[in-house]
Amino acid sequence: MESVMIRKIADNILSPAGLDTIANYNYVLSLGTQVRVHDNAFDLPEPFCGSLFLRDKILARAKECIPNSEDYTFFESLCILSACNAIAHAQMNAATANRIEAASDDVIFILSTTKGNVDSLENDLDDPRAYLATSARKIAGHFGNGNEPIVVSNACISGVCAQIAAVRALLGGKYRYAIVIGCDVLSKFIISGFQSFKALSPECCRPYDKNRRGLNLGEAAGTMILESCEEDECCNSDWLYAASSIHNDANHISGPSRTGEGSYRVLKDLLQVVDNDEIRFVNAHGTATPYNDEMESIAIHRAALDNVPVNGLKGFYGHTLGAAGIIETILSMKALENGIILPTIGFESTGTSYPLNIANQIGQCIQNGVFIKLLSGFGGSNAGIAWRRDPNRKEGGGL
Amino acid sequence: MTTIAEISITPAGAILKGRLISTADITGLYREFAGDYPKFFKMDSLCKLGFVAAEILLKDISAEEKENAAIILFNRNASLFTDRNYQATIRDNNYFPSPALFVYTLANIVTGEIAIRHKIYGETSFYVVDSPDTPLMEEIAAGAFLTSSPSFILTGWLDYDDDHHYEAKLKLVRK
Repeated sequence: MESVMIRKIADNILSPAGLDTIANYNYVLSLGTQVRVHDNAFDLPEPFCGSLFLRDKILARAKECIPNSEDYTFFESLCILSACNAIAHAQMNAATANRIEAASDDVIFILSTTKGNVDSLENDLDDPRAYLATSARKIAGHFGNGNEPIVVSNACISGVCAQIAAVRALLGGKYRYAIVIGCDVLSKFIISGFQSFKALSPECCRPYDKNRRGLNLGEAAGTMILESCEEDECCNSDWLYAASSIHNDANHISGPSRTGEGSYRVLKDLLQVVDNDEIRFVNAHGTATPYNDEMESIAIHRAALDNVPVNGLKGFYGHTLGAAGIIETILSMKALENGIILPTIGFESTGTSYPLNIANQIGQCIQNGVFIKLLSGFGGSNAGIAWRRDPNRKEGGGL
Repeated sequence: MTTIAEISITPAGAILKGRLISTADITGLYREFAGDYPKFFKMDSLCKLGFVAAEILLKDISAEEKENAAIILFNRNASLFTDRNYQATIRDNNYFPSPALFVYTLANIVTGEIAIRHKIYGETSFYVVDSPDTPLMEEIAAGAFLTSSPSFILTGWLDYDDDHHYEAKLKLVRK
């Protein structure tokens, strides 16, 4: 067990900004935003500021790429398109080419979503498509995979929890590959709920800023393919799983803890495995609600990470719910590989009790080391995962 | 994994460690085994079911042990019972979305409610699967011990179809 490593071998980001990881990474580097005001979306009585897919564009793409595309919902189509692209990416990866076969017994599908096809309730309260496991089976079934998929539904921390579920499934030894898909689509159901909470910003969100007014919701799908391998099979520049942790605040179901308790405990766990001086940046949740960002500043301060660069990426796509943990992890990997720390667009001046080292422009870092992806969500839940890239690992004589 | 205690609750009543302990409904069970937590009445049905099951199972567990416990639950419906209720509040001709209801349209809220009541600061996770017969439930609970060290895990099936069809089949397990 000691010598088993978990590495990421392929990925995809499918967002309104682009159909693959490279397009999305370049979009983020161009400092664009997909967040805009929609006046008549989903028959909502109020305007809503967020990021939405162009339905027709995705459906046309689905028709082109997915046989019997009319059998799948919009949500399922996004998941399939994203996973297809990631699998193609894995088959191009020199280290894993010809090995991964999505239909094979050694592959498990893991789906991260908060609400899946909840929009199907609009027309039929008993629509069977609203069951998340049914949706996940259809998605895995598209790839001919017969293993029972895992659906992680842990509110806003689902995307990190799904990566952790994949790591555990691979360490358990039953599977070699995990295809982890994160996706949510917006609907009247979801947006009306966040509006009723008064959690939404009427303009582009401003993570950690003193004038932040709330979050933007967004739509995206993302896929990461993880593989378990022996230590000597790993390539020099692989992304290797380093540590993970999930904790509850045990405080409130819809309000973050005033002491950042759960998030602090997550960071404390990660720091038992990862050295402070390895950490290039913390990619935090940064929803831009007053309470979330304040809570994170307290947790990061308590973990003595005040000086480590922190970024939040919600300004580019909004909060993409079940996809957020996946796409933000992939963007963080891509950035670190290129020696880049991505900026927190929307941030101008410190708006939290403990000032953090917020990256507010494109920064530089060395192209190896560790980053931490942090998330928090309803239900008092908090999760973090640390990924390590160490091109000198072999020369240095192992971890 | 070693099982420390097991409970089953259905509309027929509650069975603890194989013995029928009550035939009350969920609110009846709350009055019998808790009674001192008015927030219970604000919860949705899935949370109420999970709350009473946890209340009975965790009765004799010390605060120190509970602090580092994990809660890992599974079901088929996620929060669909409450989702349907919420959907009825956002119809075009009757639009009154309520944050107090919306928050329960997430399946994992029940793990948070149990964590708050028992001061459990460990992992809280919710997974959706087809049926309680799946080997995935054991695999996933055992998997938690591979990357973390909870003192014990409160785990199992917690599903609320409607007021006449619900089931909690929870247990406490150690590594």
